[in-house]
Amino acid sequence: MPVSNAISFYNGQAIDTKQVPVLDVGTFRSSVIDAAASGMRIAALFAAPLGNSRLRLFAVLADDSAGTLGVLSADVGERYPSVAVDCTQAHWFEREIAEQWSIVPEGHPWLKPVRFHPPYRGGRRQDEPITPSVMDFFKVAGEQVHEVAVGPVHAGIIEPGHFRFQCHGEQVLNLEISLGYQHRGVERASVGGPNKRTVHYVQTLAGDTTVGHTTAYCQLIESFSGRNVTPRAQVLRAIALELERLANHTGDLGALAGDVGYLPTSSFCGRIRGDFLNMTALICGNRFGRGLIVPGGVGFDVTDRHCESLAERIAQGLKDVTVAANLLWSTPSVLSRFEDTGRVPIQTCRELGLVGVPARASGVEMDCRFNFPTGMYRFAQVPVSTWNTGDVFGRAYVRWLEIQRSVAFIRDQLASMPDGPITTQAKPLSPNRFSVSLVEGWRGEICHVALTGPDGGLMHHKIVDPSFHNWMGLAMALRDQQISDFPLCNKSFNLSYCGHDL
Amino acid sequence: MIKPLWARLQQGHRTVAFPKGEPVLPERFRGRPQVELSKCLADCTRCADACPTEAMRKADGALTIDLGRCLFCGACAEACPTEAIEFTRDYRLAGRSRDDLVVHDRAVKLAEALDQKARRLFGRSLKLRQVCAGGCNACEADTNVLTTVVFDLGRFGIQFVASPRHADGLFVTGPVPANMKLALEKTYAAVPDPKLVIATGACAISGGCYRDHPEVCNGVEGILPVDLYIPGCPPHPITILDGLLRLLDRLG
Repeated sequence: MPVSNAISFYNGQAIDTKQVPVLDVGTFRSSVIDAAASGMRIAALFAAPLGNSRLRLFAVLADDSAGTLGVLSADVGERYPSVAVDCTQAHWFEREIAEQWSIVPEGHPWLKPVRFHPPYRGGRRQDEPITPSVMDFFKVAGEQVHEVAVGPVHAGIIEPGHFRFQCHGEQVLNLEISLGYQHRGVERASVGGPNKRTVHYVQTLAGDTTVGHTTAYCQLIESFSGRNVTPRAQVLRAIALELERLANHTGDLGALAGDVGYLPTSSFCGRIRGDFLNMTALICGNRFGRGLIVPGGVGFDVTDRHCESLAERIAQGLKDVTVAANLLWSTPSVLSRFEDTGRVPIQTCRELGLVGVPARASGVEMDCRFNFPTGMYRFAQVPVSTWNTGDVFGRAYVRWLEIQRSVAFIRDQLASMPDGPITTQAKPLSPNRFSVSLVEGWRGEICHVALTGPDGGLMHHKIVDPSFHNWMGLAMALRDQQISDFPLCNKSFNLSYCGHDL
Repeated sequence: MIKPLWARLQQGHRTVAFPKGEPVLPERFRGRPQVELSKCLADCTRCADACPTEAMRKADGALTIDLGRCLFCGACAEACPTEAIEFTRDYRLAGRSRDDLVVHDRAVKLAEALDQKARRLFGRSLKLRQVCAGGCNACEADTNVLTTVVFDLGRFGIQFVASPRHADGLFVTGPVPANMKLALEKTYAAVPDPKLVIATGACAISGGCYRDHPEVCNGVEGILPVDLYIPGCPPHPITILDGLLRLLDRLG
């Protein structure tokens, strides 16, 4: 069903910015709320400056069943009535808008900073000190209720973030997550580009998702320039994206095993993950795919010998990970810790707009490779892997299903590698265009939105990592759980801090 | 019980031969860059113009590459009309001082070991607290991998510990966002003296591609005294391991 008042277009298609309907804020608000109520997801909701200090709100709505995107906009002043009041999905986006632009979404139930940085304009003084995680946390009062604060520095080699638990004994009544420690100013620095640093920003938005984010960014840039990507480059991009998924999903299965003290799978998967990373390095010399995805195609070609080696290694990788994963599913002590822990009902997933593995583990059938296919996925489809329990087991098992399907996909692609060049001639970016690019990274939907200015440069670049949608899902998963299950629940989501903090 | 045992047999022995044997690196691995000064054209600055982090400098006709800033993207080598720049497969990149990271020509200065007193303290048991300060999770992931059976860091007496109070030093990654500065300083203060600081990755050493963003502090420089720099974006696990072992004089 098309969104009323929105213009409909496809993933990776640039439209004239003038075509984006500009509504009054009231109509904009009700259109977004109605669209969400009819089952659409908010892929992005942001404010962008349009010169002479005017700001415009943009909402990108994803219609998963139709495979189309809708966009609508509204000019906004210093305040507007909050969308989140009637549409929960909007809540984190509106906190971001308020923090970036000093606009007040009136009536927002939970208006706090998301990244703790000075606003891009207005509001507080630029030199006023900001202390991350100093804010009004949700508090529970009562006898024997206590508060546990964790982070930003955690007991492991992981990124920083702050977690505040309200507990009654072992039971977690509420978890509030406060991020922003990884904020490096990527979106702000991206404006005016692309320049020689831009591709490095997107490669390091979330370093474990280098291929996912860079593919999303390149699709965006290619949509502005009308630059084609050759079939051979499309295949190599898709292989790289699936290798990234394989490495991370395998690592996650190992880490989940480690968090319940099951060392065989933990130890095996730690090693197998590296084998998948080394397959990416076989193609481009770097384990994370740095330099592999470039605007217009890929930076490295493969020879027949590379393809044979990849096919051999992927077969061995599947064999090894099958043995390691099947140990999990046949060990009662593992299953008893995985099952019924950190359950997120499908209704909650839909209300919060969760994406990727956590959503599919609760039964939401959504995968950009299937719903919004671009590149090679238009021709070779990967089945959507779902489960229906929404617990740690579900999130682990969906990863296992996806591992098998990624391997099958890569094998098919290697067997029918098209010939031809790997890049095409660079072209200038068209001015005054609007485009959205979605890619199913291993964590879920990666969304890049940009507007080009009159000179063809990026006037605004909005990045939505899947973690931006899903951190609230983790908070929900912890409700009424034991606090000792936090590491396990956290690992089952394995969200990105830097991808969120930008 | 028999299943895990069978699985253990199937998975085999996987620990790398390094440091006794040479490490297996990808064929297209981009390691230490080398400059052939005789090929470098006098008025040409194409490499420096292409570099995203100003790691390439050309002053008085001499070309230098700062490994502390280098992202190993290869843009300079691609831009060079005379193929004067080559990224070799040399994985040994770590250095003890910031100046040691600057490549002038083909000479290689490897990281020196700690002095004898420090080696007596840390040489056989080094406990590190890792602090991710704006790292993108690539340096972190390739550090974490050292603890797997492949690299088996424990065999060298090196271990990543959960608390700074248990640590002999900090292992820092990331460009140090303003929002992480205080947490990094507090974590450093919590480590008992004497202590080491290891800055890993272009971000921690110089800010990497985020250098001069107002949101970051250009890495640990000026915040903490650094004992070992490990360049890369991210450094290969073997590069990190090589740096740690050189510091402890454990490479023969």
